[in-house]
Amino acid sequence: MSVKLINRQVGDVTVIDVAGRITLGEGSSTLRDALRDLVKENHKNILLNLREVTYIDSSGIGELVSAFTTITNQGGHLKLLGLTHRVKDLLQITKLYTVFDVHEDEAHAVRSFA
Amino acid sequence: MDSRSRTINLVLDSTLDSVDKAEREALDLARESGFGEEDLDRIGMSVRECMVNAVVHGNRYNSHKKVHLSLSRTPERLTVRIVDQGEGFNPDAVPDPLEGDNLLRHSGRGIFLMKAFMDDLQVRLGPSGTEVILVKNVVAEK
Repeated sequence: MSVKLINRQVGDVTVIDVAGRITLGEGSSTLRDALRDLVKENHKNILLNLREVTYIDSSGIGELVSAFTTITNQGGHLKLLGLTHRVKDLLQITKLYTVFDVHEDEAHAVRSFA
Repeated sequence: MDSRSRTINLVLDSTLDSVDKAEREALDLARESGFGEEDLDRIGMSVRECMVNAVVHGNRYNSHKKVHLSLSRTPERLTVRIVDQGEGFNPDAVPDPLEGDNLLRHSGRGIFLMKAFMDDLQVRLGPSGTEVILVKNVVAEK
């Protein structure tokens, strides 16, 4: 499996459950397309649940950063939920951990958009 | 050669499938060397990033160009050598991805991650391509 995305709506927040690998090629382009569609549809509050992400490379990190910048510039919010040790490690090394609003608990994350 | 030493040489197409294959082969050899899970993650990612550079930026997916992969393990270290047929690059000219506006750039973190995750990284520009050598030392458990 490359990557699988499931969108669900929790109040005003669109939660995307991501599972699999976000790497150059199908994984990162699938995530890019999904986030682009949500921006087009004017979704402002997006929570990316990365709990089931087994692997992310620099291309995947690039997609997260691009999405964050695009959504923020359009007045929206992109937040991250449930980082695995591996993803957290990568975001810390690349100094992006403090750029993103990162949450462990979904209910708490959803409330933080209010 | 020490019986605990082994070298694998592969010639790979300039495709993303080759990136996956290189990562798998490197991880198999790294496991034989006894690296722990965290080191395996870091070795796998470094090989992946280096292969992506070779396939995408070096050979530009050109089906006539190949990537030469050499994986070598000794009791002391794992050495990965990746040679493409591209025009080459200067690793010192790659902007620091942690600095200022670079932090939010889409790309440019591959070399940085390789340097962070491996014990040594060397780039040599040859007449017919770029050679990158990555080294991870085996550290005996205390």
